[in-house]
Amino acid sequence: MLQLFKLAFRNLGRNRRRSFFSALALGMGLAILLLMASVLDGEMRQAMEGTIRLQSGHLQVRASTYNEDRTSLAWEDLIEKPDEMARKIASLEPVAAATPRLFASGIAMSGDKSQGVRVIGIDPASAANEPYIKGLVNGEFLKSDDRDGILIGLPLAEKFDLNVGDRLSLLINTSDGSVDTQNFVIRGIYSTRTTPYDKSTVFLTLAKAQAITRTENHASIIFILLKDRAQTEAVVNALQAGSLQVKTWMQMNELVLQTEQFADAYMIVLFLIVLAITATVIVNTLVMAVFERTREIGILSAIGMRSSRIMAMFFAESVLLGIGGIVIGLILGGLMVVYAANIGFYIGNMGVSGMLLGDRIYAHLTLGDTITLTITALVVALLAALYPALLAARMEPVQALHGGKK
Amino acid sequence: MEVVKTENVSRIYKVGEVETIALRDVSLSIENGEFTALIGPSGSGKTTLLQLLGCLDQPTSGRVWINGQDVSRLNRNQRADVRRGTIGFIFQFFALIPTLTAYENVEMPLLLNGHAPSQRRERVMQLLEAVGLTDRANNRPDQLSGGQQQRVAIARALAPNPSLILADEPTANLDTPNGKQIMEIMERLNRETGVTFVFATHDPRVIQFARRVVALSDGLISSDTVIEQAAPVV
Ligand SMILES: Nc1ncnc2c1ncn2[C@@H]1O[C@H](COP(=O)(O)OP(=O)(O)OP(=O)(O)O)[C@@H](O)[C@H]1O
Ligand SMILES: [Mg+2]
Repeated sequence: MLQLFKLAFRNLGRNRRRSFFSALALGMGLAILLLMASVLDGEMRQAMEGTIRLQSGHLQVRASTYNEDRTSLAWEDLIEKPDEMARKIASLEPVAAATPRLFASGIAMSGDKSQGVRVIGIDPASAANEPYIKGLVNGEFLKSDDRDGILIGLPLAEKFDLNVGDRLSLLINTSDGSVDTQNFVIRGIYSTRTTPYDKSTVFLTLAKAQAITRTENHASIIFILLKDRAQTEAVVNALQAGSLQVKTWMQMNELVLQTEQFADAYMIVLFLIVLAITATVIVNTLVMAVFERTREIGILSAIGMRSSRIMAMFFAESVLLGIGGIVIGLILGGLMVVYAANIGFYIGNMGVSGMLLGDRIYAHLTLGDTITLTITALVVALLAALYPALLAARMEPVQALHGGKK
Repeated sequence: MEVVKTENVSRIYKVGEVETIALRDVSLSIENGEFTALIGPSGSGKTTLLQLLGCLDQPTSGRVWINGQDVSRLNRNQRADVRRGTIGFIFQFFALIPTLTAYENVEMPLLLNGHAPSQRRERVMQLLEAVGLTDRANNRPDQLSGGQQQRVAIARALAPNPSLILADEPTANLDTPNGKQIMEIMERLNRETGVTFVFATHDPRVIQFARRVVALSDGLISSDTVIEQAAPVV
């Protein structure tokens, strides 16, 4: 066995450049696959994480008749005394934050410009506001007693050419089906780096939002973040309450989950293409080696080497090429992934509705992907050796000895 | 006892529509310890016969026995098994594995036979000494002269203690002194170890070493002469 690898190693050493480039091809293939897998994983993670943090939360409690698409504001579609309920939910052990939110649709106006917006009334004290607090680029966050302050996104501020302290008027739907207009002072400008979201989402305090929409002491939802996603089912069971409905992040983000599945399938196709190209290079190298070494194969066969052993010799070469390729691939791929994980890729405004994705993708490589791809690379190297090895094993010693004479 | 025996062996090569009869009904028996030359003009079938004696090839008709075993109808792996450890080959081109040192080339058949490392070491060194190449053990073939390479090939052929060594024009690519040295080594090893040698040649200087001369002509044995006296001193 050891002898086999010694022989294989020396055989690869005969044509160092060719061996190196074959290993490099495999290494680059592996590196590209690692990068693709990590970018995809990072993208999907971010999409899910972003959508949960900005939009859906891990869980939402809603009135059973609440219609998300219509942003219903009728009292019977809302939750009554939401603060009380939020407090109760927040006291559950797995819950990180639970806070009432009120949604209304409106139009922001400044000068002759206007922009359709979703108005969200929030409890400024809640920990669930973290993405906006952290994302503040100017001014300050809303305070609980703020009666005319508004928080807007950076893209909207740029579009309207407004800054902190400037005024903005908001036309907003109310509970009785009419509209109301009111002027607000911009307290702060936030950015979540998710342009479509930031452009069309503005925040008021919950009290102010309730007042202007005439929903009094009602909220659209209780927005819940968990300490650990895995606790979802347990909390859902604890929350089951008569006339209310509980939605999980999976139910609310089906689109993201579907996109993830689709992306995974798409990825497998890309994997196969990259691997096929890589395999071709190795097959080529080894077939060339078989023909170059025809006479040697004849000699080894003449002194009694069995076909299986001759095949094993080529498999050993391929394993060594594979290991070389994997080392190159892990180093190259590792560097690319580290770069992509820290610097990220700027993808600009690519948010798909229902799926919130920041303007940069950061790669995220899982150990599972790394192991799977590494093993796959080795398997590809071995599969690629099959044909050349068979070719060598099928040679009749007499012909092989003759073949070398020329 | 006979090491190898053929009975009415024919070998017909087919290339496309063209059939070449390389051997016609050849019956030949090689006894243990022989030092036999196979002679004949080019194309007379010497190489073909050696390949059949060495179980490298299969006869079109007729039968071949090696150490009493019928090897006429065996598959590739079975033939490899028969050859391994039983038959040594020496070729006209110095058929060494270029990536292996002289030592490793000689060691190869022992590895294939599964000898223990200490046993291998002793045997290889003993053989390299027998062919006068102890100081070249770690040289690769491309660092050896033709004569030295052929001596390594002899050592390799001898390594697993075979019953039969077949040499196809072992001196054809060597100059006279080197060719003579090769023949002297083969002759000495034959005398000392009793291993049977059959070698094909058309070199008269080589033929004179033989104790039996089988002449082939157009695929037939045209004469088979036993020479009483041992190799003459030239
Ligand atoms: N693989 C082959 N395919 C077709 N014909 C072959 C093959 N090998 C040998 N022959 C033919 O068989 C005949 C005998 O060839 P062989 O090689 O045995 O002769 P030889 O006595 O060894 O000749 P030389 O002294 O030139 O080596 C020749 O006519 C040759 O052309
Ligand atoms: Mg010949």
